[in-house]
Amino acid sequence: MAKNPRARTAKKTGRRHPLAAVALIVIGLLSTGGAYAAFSSTATADETGVVSQSTIEEGEKLFAANCATCHGAALQGTQAGPSLHGVGAASVDFQVGTGRMPMAFDGAQAERKPVQFTDEQIEAMAAYVASISPGPAIPDEEYLTGDSDAANGAELFRINCAMCHNVAGAGGALTEGKFAPPLGGVAPEHIYEAMVTGPQNMPVFNDMNLSPADKADIISYLTYVDDNSSPGGFELGSLGPVAEGLFIWIFGLGAVIAITVWLTAKAN
Amino acid sequence: MSTSTVTPPTRGSRFTAAAANYLDERTSISGAVKELGRKIFPDHWSFMLGEVALYSFVVILLSGTFLTFFFDPSMTEVYYDGEYLPLSGIHMSVAYHSSLDLSFEIRGGLLMRQVHHWAALLFVASIGLHMLRVFFTGAFRKPREINWVIGFVLFVLAMAEGFTGYSLPDDLLSGNGLRIIDGMLKGLPVVGVWISYFLFGGEFPGVEVIPRLYVLHIMLLPAILIVTLALHMVLLIVNKHTQFAGPGRTNENVVGVPILPHFAAKAGGFFFLVFGVIMLIASFFTINPIWNYGPYDPSPVSAGTQPDWYIGFADGALRLAPPNWDVHVFGYTLPFGILVPMIALVGLLVVVAIYPFLEAWITGDKREHHIADRPRNAPTRTAIGAAGVTFYAVMWAAASSDIMATHFMLTMEGVIHTLQALLFVGPVIAFIVTKRICLGLQKKDREIALHGFESGRIVRMPGGAYIEVHEQLDDYERWRLVSFNDYAPLMIRPNAKGRITAGQRMRAALSRWFFEDRIVPPTKGEIEHAKEHGHH
Repeated sequence: MAKNPRARTAKKTGRRHPLAAVALIVIGLLSTGGAYAAFSSTATADETGVVSQSTIEEGEKLFAANCATCHGAALQGTQAGPSLHGVGAASVDFQVGTGRMPMAFDGAQAERKPVQFTDEQIEAMAAYVASISPGPAIPDEEYLTGDSDAANGAELFRINCAMCHNVAGAGGALTEGKFAPPLGGVAPEHIYEAMVTGPQNMPVFNDMNLSPADKADIISYLTYVDDNSSPGGFELGSLGPVAEGLFIWIFGLGAVIAITVWLTAKAN
Repeated sequence: MSTSTVTPPTRGSRFTAAAANYLDERTSISGAVKELGRKIFPDHWSFMLGEVALYSFVVILLSGTFLTFFFDPSMTEVYYDGEYLPLSGIHMSVAYHSSLDLSFEIRGGLLMRQVHHWAALLFVASIGLHMLRVFFTGAFRKPREINWVIGFVLFVLAMAEGFTGYSLPDDLLSGNGLRIIDGMLKGLPVVGVWISYFLFGGEFPGVEVIPRLYVLHIMLLPAILIVTLALHMVLLIVNKHTQFAGPGRTNENVVGVPILPHFAAKAGGFFFLVFGVIMLIASFFTINPIWNYGPYDPSPVSAGTQPDWYIGFADGALRLAPPNWDVHVFGYTLPFGILVPMIALVGLLVVVAIYPFLEAWITGDKREHHIADRPRNAPTRTAIGAAGVTFYAVMWAAASSDIMATHFMLTMEGVIHTLQALLFVGPVIAFIVTKRICLGLQKKDREIALHGFESGRIVRMPGGAYIEVHEQLDDYERWRLVSFNDYAPLMIRPNAKGRITAGQRMRAALSRWFFEDRIVPPTKGEIEHAKEHGHH
């Protein structure tokens, strides 16, 4: 333990410096805050930062007029609709931005339908909900470009998503009339938001489960499937063997039977 | 024969004659040509369905040969380095890699893969329709029972060929299919696990099964299929083809066109038409996009995972079995949710295979039949067929229960429960309804044969009454309506020992059930009488 006495004295002076305690507190706060920010959604801070108070107020009005009947004036929920505590901006952007909310009727599951609000109105409602009930934020543009690793995305999609949405994103059935919708033509931000918020019957795929980069890869795969039609010709809905079987019975065998009737027809 | 001039043989015909003579002197083939070339085939569109199966099989052989040049069933693990971006760098077997290369790198490979697969679907579909035609026209009766059984074997072989082929690409879909087969095998008490380990060469999925299925798919099964097909054709020629009743057509003759030249020319043309239909479909419509499914990995399953249509009824049977049917006995589990569907499937196939013998026993009919029945003239058989088709169709539909649920906005449970009920109620309804329809049509035929059809011409009689004039059929048309066999239920007779056995009673009861409700064909006397009556 024979150490250089010079260094020891220097260290001692450093630790006993009058500002040492302040510096420690600053370092501690910065690191905890930074770690918290890193673990929670990074975008939350940005988003609340850029939204102005007037947008939130507009969102509050829109919410009161269109959503509060079911979700409650203070987002607390009613018998007709769930509470929105902890849903955040991403959920609002997904549900309203895909036309699922406001709901047309109380069915097994909210359906995609024409969007009822402008982008600004949706943004305002999202800002309002996020302001009183923070949660997952609207994703950063960098994850939505659709040009990252589609192969990794396809593999993740097969493991995490395909059992409900089908390998080609053609959708599938769930229990009691619920369903996993087809993913063709869904905007990248909505795919991302669905993964972080878990709408309807979908589980949440948080950032510990699928990192934002993984989510971006999945979006890239779905973008690839959307942009590239099948090299084999018409896809018959990407439904697999059922569509193929129906097709061969109706059109294949139908055409062949028409030919047999033609070949055996008596000349008039 | 022309008597006016004798034209000297042209160069071409002299060559043909010389060549034919050369061949005949060395092979004595003229005997066979004379025999086969004058073979007569009757003309009816439904008689060509078996040909469709034959021609699609030829297409399968041709395209399949092409595929074997490039497909490699090895299970060696590699990383994908081909054209298809969403798989690049993914870990996969050589079998899957070579299937992808066939689709993306080899000129015409994707087309040939699609031709092969579409032709396979058409092959089994046309076999199914051909079997239905044979069934509903009673063309399986003596002397053709054995050919029915051979045809049934062909049907099963075709399904086996289809399933082994479907499993080869080693993609997610085919692996899921194999997993279900593995599960069904393991569901068998005692022997199940042994059979599964034997087939897969160890624990599922292992690396043995794809090469093994490949050998079955391209060697053993096609060889058996071709031999069975040849037997089927030989018996077809020996037994002659059935024909529908008509003027001049009897149980002793065949009216139609000879093989050479008419039938052969037509059949050759028909082959190319079938080939053309398959090529058109394969060029424009994707089938089994293996690149979507990714390499097989036992953990993921895709929504909408189904087998090809002809295995669908088996998948559906499994889906229809209620949950919680496992029974635990002495520490063993008997999975009745798997065993009962398997018993139902095997039972259905066995009944199809032995139906000709069952019907012959019930009817006691030992005559030869070369005139095909019109389905209405055998109401009970037609009704049994309709019930069987319904039973099969319900199981088949159940395989797509999830697709029905999403596309018709139904609940999955609702679809399954409805189909479970239909599986039992459907065949009964189909039986009753079909039988009534057949009897109704027979009644109508009898009415028309005796009294002619309504002409729509209303005549006012001198007394003021109105009558509709009935137009009589000509003899040719009437022949078609009245020429069918009349059956009566069997009588119970004591055997040589003077006893009536339980088997006899059952046979009599079944025979009564078969023929109790029937419309007797009009007799000659009745027709004569009606004719005179009509001339007033």
